[in-house]
Amino acid sequence: MENQIFELQYAIDTFYFLVMGALVMWMAAGFSMLEAGLVRTKNTAEILTKNIGLFAIACTMYMVYGYDLMYGGGALLSGISGQGETYSNASDFYFQVVFVATSMSIVSGAVAERMKLFSFFAFAVIFTTIIYPLEGSWTWGGASVFGLYSLSDFGFYDFAGSGIVHMAGAAAALAGVLLLGPRKGKYDEAGNSKPILGANLPLATLGTFILWMGWFGFNGGSVLAMASKESADAVAMVFVNTNAAAAGGVIAALLLAKIWFGKADLTMALNGALAGLVAITAGPDTPSALVATLIGAVGGIIVVLSIVWFDRKLRIDDPVGAISVHGVVGLWGLLAVPLTNSDVTFSAQLIGALTIFVWVFVASGLVWYALKSIIGIRVSPEEEEDGVDLTECGLEAYPEFVSK
Amino acid sequence: MKMVTAIIQPKRLDSVRQALSEINVTGVTATEVKGFGRQKGHTELYRGAEFVVEFLPKVKIEIAITKEQLDEVIESITSACKINGGKIGDGKIFVSSLEQVVRIRTGESGPDAV
Repeated sequence: MENQIFELQYAIDTFYFLVMGALVMWMAAGFSMLEAGLVRTKNTAEILTKNIGLFAIACTMYMVYGYDLMYGGGALLSGISGQGETYSNASDFYFQVVFVATSMSIVSGAVAERMKLFSFFAFAVIFTTIIYPLEGSWTWGGASVFGLYSLSDFGFYDFAGSGIVHMAGAAAALAGVLLLGPRKGKYDEAGNSKPILGANLPLATLGTFILWMGWFGFNGGSVLAMASKESADAVAMVFVNTNAAAAGGVIAALLLAKIWFGKADLTMALNGALAGLVAITAGPDTPSALVATLIGAVGGIIVVLSIVWFDRKLRIDDPVGAISVHGVVGLWGLLAVPLTNSDVTFSAQLIGALTIFVWVFVASGLVWYALKSIIGIRVSPEEEEDGVDLTECGLEAYPEFVSK
Repeated sequence: MKMVTAIIQPKRLDSVRQALSEINVTGVTATEVKGFGRQKGHTELYRGAEFVVEFLPKVKIEIAITKEQLDEVIESITSACKINGGKIGDGKIFVSSLEQVVRIRTGESGPDAV
């Protein structure tokens, strides 16, 4: 009888892991649609190619070596047998691999419309094989940071990856964008920011909703169990808080845009939803629904301020706002954990955030720099004007509808 | 014979068409165009930044008519496009003389073909 109950629990937890992993996988569709909606028509096919390509690279490279570096288990998953402690080992790999892909997806939007496709793919190989798995090993993997100190000793806490997944992706994106420079025509000679309009806001909205839905898998699955009353309660609370934070992010971003700009800016509302989700990801397990809404709302405020600040003051061109949504708000998410979780301290969160950021930013910067020196990372000005759809992919996303 | 070319607001196309039918103008060609006049575009907002759309969408209509119809056509287009006393951006009407018109099907030419 006891063995049967264990087997049932094992089956339920494994099943839960797989379904949540599939939800996170669907976030790749969300990123694709969001990014396709926020670029110009002439760069649509290329960003879609980038998204599906990076997803496949992430899945493959994490299988080849990344998972081993992060959690052990041998290269090519050689050490993974079917049987795990409370769920199948393979389901653990499946759930983890879609997170790597998510982190890498963040980079693609920030470098949109001007990067060479295969330089991006080359970076994706390094990021998903080494850069992400190494910082993942220091955090979720429990390893020490280059043998110097261990984040678990400080009590660093990042439930589903505001820092480990989102801020890491943004740090890699920031390093890339700094070496890449802004899109042609983004800043005039006086340095004023010129808006470059996204071509398809219905797609961007669909992408945001898909991400919102996928996030239930991202945070909900990170409870790592379902087959007991306690874990079922925890999962339910995580779902509620994830949803609440996204809602708070939208409302706050929309209100701020209305007050500040005088109009209800849709793209800011979309970024507000994602900011709410990123903000709650580090600790969706401890707040009440109201507090989760407020954490998301603060994320929604931060993201609007940050997007404008990056765009106009720092003149860092990030077409989809990925650095603000995932990086700046990811940091807020980490720092918000101690507000509701008394086991976690601000200093631990700061040390963790710094460790992740410095490693990913510096390592990514070196890789981008090497790529820039060897094969170049930016398309030529003519190719950029013609659109990377034609020059990188040889086709157009909307062949019967061509504008500028 | 006269060629009347009018640049109007896209939203007025239906009422212009209707007004012209009422005075028995039997053919109109409409083209979607972009342009600006004294209105000089308008501002829009994207991600918190204002920008000027310099070329606004307009509709160009072309009508071939007889000399006798001219005043009535101008009056008809004007009243269909000038709403509430009129405002900047309502459009403009150009009139030029038309040397020849031929109806392809029948070979008729001149005012009979208009």
